[in-house]
Amino acid sequence: MILESLKETTISTESSPILQVRNLKQHYPITKGILSRTVGHVKAVDGISFDIFPGETLGLVGESGCGKSTTGRAIVQLEKPTEGEIIFEGKNLADFSSREMRKIRTDLQIIFQDPYSSLNPRKRIGDLLSEPLLFHKLVEPFEVKKKVDDILEVVGLPRAYVGRYPHEFSGGQRQRIGIARALILNPKLIVCDEPVSALDVSIQAQVLNLLKDLQKEFQLTFLFIGHGLGAVKYISDRIAVMYLGNIVEIAKTEDIFKNPKHPYSSALLSAYPVPNPHLRNKEKIVLQGDVPSPANPPSGCKFHTRCPFVQSKCREEVPVLKGIDHSVACHFPLS
Amino acid sequence: MFQYIIRRILIAVPVLFGVTIFNFLIINLAPGNPVDMFVNPNMSVADITAKKEALGLNDPLWEQYGRWMGNLFQGDFGYSFSTYEPVISNIADRLGPTLLLMATALVIAYLIAIPIGILSATRQYSFIDYLTTTFSFFGISVPSFFLGLGAIYLFAIVFPIFPTGGMNTLGGSAGFTDTIMHLILPALVLGTGIAGSMVRYVRSSMLEVLGQDYLRTARAKGLHHFIVNNKHALRNALIPIVTIIGLEIPLLIGGAVVTEQIFQWPGLGQLTIQSIGSRDYPTLMALNFLAAITVLFSNLITDVMYSVVDPRIKYN
Amino acid sequence: MAKYLLEVDKLQTVFKTGKGEVTSVEEVSFQLKPGQTIGIVGESGCGKSVTSLSIMRLLGKHGIVKKGSILFNGLDLTKISESEMRNIRGNEISMIFQEPMTSLNPVFTIGNQMMEGIRLHMKLSKKEARKYSIEMLNSVGIPRPEAIMDEFPHSLSGGMRQRVMIAMALSCNPKLLIADEPTTALDVTIQAQILELMKNIRTKFNTAIMIITHDLGVVAEMADRIIVMYAGQVVEEANVFTLFDNPKHPYTKGLIGSIPHIDYDAEERLVSIPGAVPSFQNMPTGCRFHTRCEFAMERCLQQQPDLIPVPNDELDDHKVRCWLGEEELAATQPGNREVTV
Repeated sequence: MILESLKETTISTESSPILQVRNLKQHYPITKGILSRTVGHVKAVDGISFDIFPGETLGLVGESGCGKSTTGRAIVQLEKPTEGEIIFEGKNLADFSSREMRKIRTDLQIIFQDPYSSLNPRKRIGDLLSEPLLFHKLVEPFEVKKKVDDILEVVGLPRAYVGRYPHEFSGGQRQRIGIARALILNPKLIVCDEPVSALDVSIQAQVLNLLKDLQKEFQLTFLFIGHGLGAVKYISDRIAVMYLGNIVEIAKTEDIFKNPKHPYSSALLSAYPVPNPHLRNKEKIVLQGDVPSPANPPSGCKFHTRCPFVQSKCREEVPVLKGIDHSVACHFPLS
Repeated sequence: MFQYIIRRILIAVPVLFGVTIFNFLIINLAPGNPVDMFVNPNMSVADITAKKEALGLNDPLWEQYGRWMGNLFQGDFGYSFSTYEPVISNIADRLGPTLLLMATALVIAYLIAIPIGILSATRQYSFIDYLTTTFSFFGISVPSFFLGLGAIYLFAIVFPIFPTGGMNTLGGSAGFTDTIMHLILPALVLGTGIAGSMVRYVRSSMLEVLGQDYLRTARAKGLHHFIVNNKHALRNALIPIVTIIGLEIPLLIGGAVVTEQIFQWPGLGQLTIQSIGSRDYPTLMALNFLAAITVLFSNLITDVMYSVVDPRIKYN
Repeated sequence: MAKYLLEVDKLQTVFKTGKGEVTSVEEVSFQLKPGQTIGIVGESGCGKSVTSLSIMRLLGKHGIVKKGSILFNGLDLTKISESEMRNIRGNEISMIFQEPMTSLNPVFTIGNQMMEGIRLHMKLSKKEARKYSIEMLNSVGIPRPEAIMDEFPHSLSGGMRQRVMIAMALSCNPKLLIADEPTTALDVTIQAQILELMKNIRTKFNTAIMIITHDLGVVAEMADRIIVMYAGQVVEEANVFTLFDNPKHPYTKGLIGSIPHIDYDAEERLVSIPGAVPSFQNMPTGCRFHTRCEFAMERCLQQQPDLIPVPNDELDDHKVRCWLGEEELAATQPGNREVTV
């Protein structure tokens, strides 16, 4: 098993990345006054860069407001980035014409957190699933029905469900439909935006297992956005930790969990309640205070207001993400 | 906040401008003209033409409009075609009674709607709730002229408690109680009509609030359900209700036109009907202008009220 | 003085609906000693919140406790009058809720909402109540408590609001604090702060805590005893160590197996419980878990098991609702979890 997983990672790092994100920024203006002057920006994503390799899962973790979902939405082109490049299979998405973009959209799919609000309540499941097929003209109309049946089977739902409406399903089943909808277009990369956060524990496991199986079967690449560290660890090959619009650390999953270098990653791991009562008295790093507002982030290292190891340099100088396999943005990384 | 109000007023100016053009066109599109309405059969055609010429009715529409607009900028609403008095003083005479009627009706509407709405929401699907829903249905669907005539028949003729119409007893002392006695029926008729729809607002607003988590928190503190309902719930339920005053005012203006006519209440509504009858363009334009300002202003009030009653809303 | 602070015995709570009564909680029994922390774990719809609301008698118009008793300090909460109950709520038993964002009334200041309960139960003057409220806010770690008193809830973050809720709940020095998913809506680092705070409170005030959650991590950290609920019933009860080290009920095992761990090296596959929780309108006969249980036998389909002590249990505090005998329970023990290191 170890050998196998090692082999997988070596393959993926040697090949060229399927997706490259370069200095991505997503700023939202704050307006004020009679003429709606722009007085500032909410810097939801503030200059992040990372690569995703074919067949791997990159986990994106961080607390609410850190910009992880915004990043996901920018990648699947739901929002136009303020600045920066998103390069998919070597081509900058900004350079595509709208016709080419339509093709690319089938390659980039997204699964949302709340499967209920992302499914049109007035459409039957069969229609919800066949619509994208017909729109993108991926298969001949007479093949659509078969394709829909097949995809339902793939995600573990009975074919007989095509005639049902979204409200007739449980949360876990709805998320399976959400996965089926993304999968039916034969995408290459799927952004999973907190796909299990709204589900019950036992259902979470079902969906996580399904995602893992599908990845193997269809050679999918995932960007898995989550705040539940357990789920992210379970599914990801590499993990990027975000704080206030920046990536503070990015490394292989086991490196991050065994040897976190950024004080924030380390606090995040230590804060996670472990379902093992024997570990209840272990020393914890409890961060003080709240996450500052992304409209008015702290100077220097954005984490300095909550960092237990803060020094004067951190307040003045912005740390850059350094390191090859295990990158960290910290002036004084933990060893 | 101040900036917000300024901005809203600036936006209102072009709207107001558009409304006046629209009104002007509609009024002129109506068949007949002022001269036709007050000519007597003895007047010659030449006289009529001269009269029209003197009033400027033969000029092209845009010129007439321009003249009216120009005068307006100097604060001049012109002279009534039928009474030859300045429009502004005609309106000023009628404003007081109308405001009195509308304010009383609004107070009555709230006094009826709030307690009944709360009762109906806190006892959802009870007998009281169904009774209330039926009542509000009547309030909404029975036309005010019918309600007005019914009220006059019942309370002024069968049981002669109140006068049938007017604002003061003719030749009477016109004292305070006299006016109140005259006010009650029209205000009740106008108020009930509005209360009908308002009860539904209160009920649904209250129902929504009753399901909120913070009410469970309040109950978990050990508060009496009376305090929970009438302090914690009501204060939140009132947010949308206070603000619909702004939406009710245009309805009130419309309702007042009919009610004033039925009860011979000497207000702006009655003046409107009279001016339409005599095609009194200047008075009609002024009345419509006033109504438009009131509606725009009440919309602004609505939004401002939001930030006053709801601490979460801040304008900038 | 009773041995137990709280004794819930065969509680049955039903909700009246248009189509008749729906039983939401059935045969729920447990005890809680003063100062003890009990965790109630289960998935959505298992009846864990209804159990706590039954204790508080905050079920709303349609919910009624139909059977069973809830003894608090020997007093049966299901029998006392509403005004006696009001004296207990917020005073001897208080409660905090899942959504700090919606649990505070948006149109009243923090001070106003803090002082309400304090003035009601402690009969303090306005001035004294304000002073006491500031002390309470201070003790739950709220910076600038005096200024916060005059703020409205929307200006505080989720973590701060939950602190306010805790300050409010603790102000009358309750003997029992019911915390219904107190950290579910919060971020991980804020969750750690709130759990830390609750631990400090427990040692400082010796308050018994009933913590209701779906997160096994939270109970592993907080609770002395754990009750696992499934479809309106208690399926297993044990002290926290026994429950995690030696779970007996197949549902408990599945639940523990389905959480991805962060302290294991690599997990090939999570244990997942097939299917979904049955609805109350459509409850299976016999054992309610049999539709999802891999060990289901003929007997499980027909007869409902009772919550009985686990045989040969040394500590004598482990109960389970399952037809599998001691040997079979032991046989289901290993192997469910495929862990590769």
